[in-house]
Amino acid sequence: MDTLLLKAGGWLAIVFFAFIAMVLAADAGFAVHMAIIALAAGIALWVTINKADYAAIGRGILKAPADPGIYDDDPIRWGVIATIFWGIAGFLVGLIIALQLAFPILNLNFEYTTFGRLRPLHTSAVIFAFGGNALIATSYYVVQRTCRARLAFPGLARFVFWGYQLFIVLAATGYLMGVTQSKEYAEPEWYVDLWLTIVWLCYAAVFIGTIVRRSEPHIYVANWFYLSFILTIAMLHVVNGLSMPVSLLGSKSYAAFAGVQDALTQWWYGHNAVGFFLTAGFLAMMYYFVPKQAERPVYSYRLSIIHFWSLIFLYIWAGPHHLHYTALPDWAQTLGMVFSVVLWMPSWGGMINGLMTLNGAWDKIRTDPIIRMMVLALAFYGMSTFEGPMMSIKAVNSLSHYTDWTIGHVHSGALGWNGMITFACLYYLVPRLWGKERLYSLRMVNWHFWLATLGIVLYAASMWVAGIMQGLMWREYGDDGYLVYAFSEVVSAMLPMYLIRAAGGLLYLAGAIVLVYNVWMTIAGKQREEKPMTETPYDEAADKPIVGKPAIEPAE
Amino acid sequence: MSGFAKHHKKLERNVTLLGLAAFVTVAIGGIVEIAPLFWIDNTIEKVEGVRPYTPLELAGRNIYIREGCYSCHSQMVRPFRDEVERYGHYSLAAESMYDHPFQWGSKRTGPDLARVGGRYSDEWHVQHLIDPRSVVPESIMPPYAFLAEKDLKAGDMVKHLTAQRRVGVPYTEEAIAAANDDLMAQADPTASTTDLEKRYPKAQVRDFDGDPDRLTEMDALVAYLQMIGTLVNFEAGEAQEQPR
Repeated sequence: MDTLLLKAGGWLAIVFFAFIAMVLAADAGFAVHMAIIALAAGIALWVTINKADYAAIGRGILKAPADPGIYDDDPIRWGVIATIFWGIAGFLVGLIIALQLAFPILNLNFEYTTFGRLRPLHTSAVIFAFGGNALIATSYYVVQRTCRARLAFPGLARFVFWGYQLFIVLAATGYLMGVTQSKEYAEPEWYVDLWLTIVWLCYAAVFIGTIVRRSEPHIYVANWFYLSFILTIAMLHVVNGLSMPVSLLGSKSYAAFAGVQDALTQWWYGHNAVGFFLTAGFLAMMYYFVPKQAERPVYSYRLSIIHFWSLIFLYIWAGPHHLHYTALPDWAQTLGMVFSVVLWMPSWGGMINGLMTLNGAWDKIRTDPIIRMMVLALAFYGMSTFEGPMMSIKAVNSLSHYTDWTIGHVHSGALGWNGMITFACLYYLVPRLWGKERLYSLRMVNWHFWLATLGIVLYAASMWVAGIMQGLMWREYGDDGYLVYAFSEVVSAMLPMYLIRAAGGLLYLAGAIVLVYNVWMTIAGKQREEKPMTETPYDEAADKPIVGKPAIEPAE
Repeated sequence: MSGFAKHHKKLERNVTLLGLAAFVTVAIGGIVEIAPLFWIDNTIEKVEGVRPYTPLELAGRNIYIREGCYSCHSQMVRPFRDEVERYGHYSLAAESMYDHPFQWGSKRTGPDLARVGGRYSDEWHVQHLIDPRSVVPESIMPPYAFLAEKDLKAGDMVKHLTAQRRVGVPYTEEAIAAANDDLMAQADPTASTTDLEKRYPKAQVRDFDGDPDRLTEMDALVAYLQMIGTLVNFEAGEAQEQPR
């Protein structure tokens, strides 16, 4: 009873303080955010009180299942749904801003729908909301299964889920209202950053706590990757987020660092958001779900050790390749380039370990569309981790930097690697989490696969062409020794490429909508009547011995 | 089993060791690359002319940040012939030394803005921001007409300058005390601005948005755009040798 009072009192206090902060806010954005926080704390308060009164309702929301013999999967189920929800939102906003670049009228002459405000909404929604929820949900799933232990701190595990959703809502609404630090992939303002830090430390506690409670003596390789992802993101987020608020009752803050130092801190963060959020974390997913789906052990234990340590050591150094030929000192640029090129090797170590896990099960690419998605994801991981080091070479970068080539590169990684491996994991998880025999439809998985693949091909190819064209046109000199193209001419040359890119995005979104339908029907307990993915043909007439003339005359 | 795999078994069985080893491994790169930038003197070579932003420029820069202009505009001219001829002298580290946060950007959907100051008239900027395609038909920039309609509510500039000073921007006590007056005065043709111009050399004092009766967000943003890249006098560094 005492803890209940304490909890309810705590939530009430947050409601109260958020309300006061809303009334005293220095700017409208901060006021709206405080109202959202007050509302969220109010809901938490309601749930806390309800739990005491109606144990049955509350149990699912606040507590682990009573039976210690089953895994604590509630937050994972919510995480799967949140992943899909934010994924659709993120892809949709991506499509909208892609169309805005082709048809600027779609900015609607409205301050809340300009490209500048929607673009961080897209990037954060896909990276942190879609990717982040996938990482949290799968890490909860994997760490329990590989440790043969239930989640440590079940209440905290639930707080992490809901707290993370609140972070997403605060960040997203902030961008629309213009509450942003304008630091790429680290746009949320100081108080949202602080909130995320609290949630993230709780996440670390749940994850590490579960490992501590493990029944298996060894910590499985997937958990190394999850662990390094959680620790590194905490470090990056805290250091890059350092800033000085103008007022404790306002949203605006000034970054702690300026100019050169801020630039390198930002890209140390930014590149490792890719390196640890989108690579280490997703490799952890790969290391559990690929062997599971393929029913084969991981290809090489030793390769996983080498590539784990070299990957996390090298990635951190690669940030300066975002700042080639800028005012960043040359030594830092060169160092960043060298490490980026070297990084190619551990990246491919991961790809090889994933692909070779299919040794002896390659036929599954033909028969199992989930495996097919995983293989495509690994193939895109390999391609973009080759492309990345190549683009980090200063001579290449002088052409590619500032162009849409970078956008194409990012999306071949994000759509191809992160998206496809996440979809594959979702298809693996949904029947198991909801206790269904199988997915509603495997053929729809196949449809999703081809829609997404075609979408990525259109996207990446058009952005390669766009980027290289842009870079070449900017530096084109005529015989007279003058620049040939005005900037605006390069802009208008981009239109066909932007249209093809938007078409690619539309296909990718369409694939994701097929996923929504498939998952929805699976959870509803339906199974589609369909032909299996492969049928070995059987010809009864051929299935008998030939009587009559033997081919070889018996020896006399 | 080989030696290193045997040793690795220890890490695999102890989450504290594993976590610690992983954290040390990932910390090294940042320490070696970033930390020296704070104490190697020639990271930012001293350049004459660079000064903190005036309150109005700062308010304009905050609008630039609010609207996410960095999504499409860089502020970093690289030292290539084509970039220098297209945009102007390549950017120096010192020119962004008071930029909290930096806005170098990573994408040029629109042109670089590091030298945009003084390149176009105020009227051009106002017209371009209200309806970009009325002056550049090929442009795909969103319209920002609302800036001209919204009064500038920059907040208490004393607090802004104080926060800036806390992160290392050398505003004087006097500049902080006068921040709110300076904000109003810079866009007010009738105000006395001798002190303002003494505090902020090369500050441009005039009505920017074509509506002298009001101080709008447009005033602040155009004031900021018109000063970007203008503080350093690059003519002093031109080649001395005359062509024969």
